Amino acid sequence: MGLLSSSVSVARYRVDGKIEENVMETIHAGLKQNAITTIEDEYAEITMGWTPFESNFNPDFEKFTFTFGDFFLFSLRIDKKSVPSKIIQKHISIEVQRKLKEEGRQFLSKNEKTEIKENVTDKLMRQMPSTPNIYDVLWNHEAQQVLFFSTQKAANEELETMFTKSFKLRLIRLFPFTIIEGSEKFSDEERDMVLNLAPANVNRGKVMGDDI
Amino acid sequence: MHDISISYNKYKFLGNEFLTWLWYLIENDINIKNIAEADWEKAGVDCNSIVFEIGNCIALENSLGDDSVEKISIKGDDAGLEEGKTALKKGGVVTDMNLVLRIDDNEWRFNIKGESMEITSLKTPVAGKMENEDDTEGAVLEKVFLYNRLFEVIDILFHNFIKKRISENWKKVDITGIREWVES
Repeated sequence: MGLLSSSVSVARYRVDGKIEENVMETIHAGLKQNAITTIEDEYAEITMGWTPFESNFNPDFEKFTFTFGDFFLFSLRIDKKSVPSKIIQKHISIEVQRKLKEEGRQFLSKNEKTEIKENVTDKLMRQMPSTPNIYDVLWNHEAQQVLFFSTQKAANEELETMFTKSFKLRLIRLFPFTIIEGSEKFSDEERDMVLNLAPANVNRGKVMGDDI
Repeated sequence: MHDISISYNKYKFLGNEFLTWLWYLIENDINIKNIAEADWEKAGVDCNSIVFEIGNCIALENSLGDDSVEKISIKGDDAGLEEGKTALKKGGVVTDMNLVLRIDDNEWRFNIKGESMEITSLKTPVAGKMENEDDTEGAVLEKVFLYNRLFEVIDILFHNFIKKRISENWKKVDITGIREWVES
């Protein structure tokens, strides 16, 4: 689901810090160094990296821009392989039958079955093409804000890791506590007052915040 | 310095209470624009009206005091919200809601989750059509403007809610209003 889609899900972040010098060069280098590889690693279950917003399957940051007005916009691509369990079961069964017939036996040991399962899974994983998932990242460097167009937990975790690895900056997910903690609209005293608030809806008959 | 996951869980109630307060504002036709007049101006939200409506779903949660939680979901375009108010009477709070925001003639539809403030299924006002690839930057900037407008509105309201929540007036004025509405 991308920024230009008709319906989107968005997670918001504050960027802890700023790139002080050579902003464009530093971000360009971070994107290039951590761009998704074009050669599929047949052994990797997950491959991920940056790709230009306008070119999700040709991660060429020399050819495609990452600047749109005052914003930086690029995509995180996560290619994942997964083999449906029913396909694995089917191939294990075929392999077990083949081995029993070849060796003229009635049963296989537990270890033999485990080995077959591992081999079959490995083989199918290598054969299976990975499925690409693309999530757009909008970075307002000046305001130190990032919008990530997915609310999936795994995708957000990958973003946080990749962002720190690429730009040496930490992303702080915005939720009630971090919004208040990072807002200049609150004084230190007001922040302390918020920290001392407690939910008041634990007893029946009380309306929220009615904690007296 | 707080551990982030502990802080998330400890203060998620603020997001839920914020949504509950928003519901109260909507149901009582309280003019959102009057709530933070100076803030709208500062954020450049120049318009005649800012109106919220409850969309097609609302979810509430009521802690029963023994680690068990009662969950109430109301879905449907014309669903009555009486059961939601009953849950509020018992001390419940809104955890999720589908909202419609109208700023003058422009409309945003989205789901918002209290504890994380995550926005899902967001539909912005219709942006101009992209005729060719050269239009990409224009289309992106228009969409970004529309997303940011929504977040500005949410942020301003959330800040105002928190300011109210820690003020003396919360217990004297706001809670009285909310109580009267819940009991009505």
